[in-house]
Amino acid sequence: MNSDEKISILLTDDPLSVDTALKVTQSNRAGAIDIFVGTVRNNTQQRSVERLDFEAYHTMAVKEMEKLANQACERWPVEKIAIYHRNGTLQIGDIAVVIAVSTPHRQAAFEACKFVIDTLKQTVPIWKKEIFDDGEVWVSAHP
Amino acid sequence: MRTMELNILLFGITKDIVGQQKLRYEMPEGATVPDLVDDLKKSYPKLHDLDSVLVAVNNEYGQKQQVLHESDEIALIPPVSGG
Repeated sequence: MNSDEKISILLTDDPLSVDTALKVTQSNRAGAIDIFVGTVRNNTQQRSVERLDFEAYHTMAVKEMEKLANQACERWPVEKIAIYHRNGTLQIGDIAVVIAVSTPHRQAAFEACKFVIDTLKQTVPIWKKEIFDDGEVWVSAHP
Repeated sequence: MRTMELNILLFGITKDIVGQQKLRYEMPEGATVPDLVDDLKKSYPKLHDLDSVLVAVNNEYGQKQQVLHESDEIALIPPVSGG
């Protein structure tokens, strides 16, 4: 991963590294790096979750993640930004998503990071299936 | 009326509903994004139960009246749930 790049995007079956996201967003012009880490919770609506299966429309998902990064750069003075998302089967506690944003001052880093995770959840074509001990369900599919 | 064969990629719950990952689907030439969604909902009524069904054309969300072509890479996009 080239740390000279302003935008770093990754959609992978391999475990995500918060360290890498931190390294690629470090910048001498940045006074703040905000990192969001999304992890797999062991329950949903009082049901116990065993694991999650993620599925992605890979080419489009990467494109949408790039769009999000560019939108963040247009709206905030972003020095560097990393958006990493996991694909495949994840166990409880695994990292599903990492977003890191560096900016000159902290307020913009917080805002840009929140914008990216909130919008990612609405636009990036990735789906998760929750696996219970007695069944499974595609999250958010039904009203 | 002339028809065209569309290649449709399926993900998540739509893959389960249709029962395959890729679907070859016949539509009249000149069919639009909403035409395809309406037609698929008739063929696969369980698509009606979903919160939303969007269509991606060549890796972008399709526009409302966008006309589809045989050469397009088309995908059904059920409600996303990444993050």
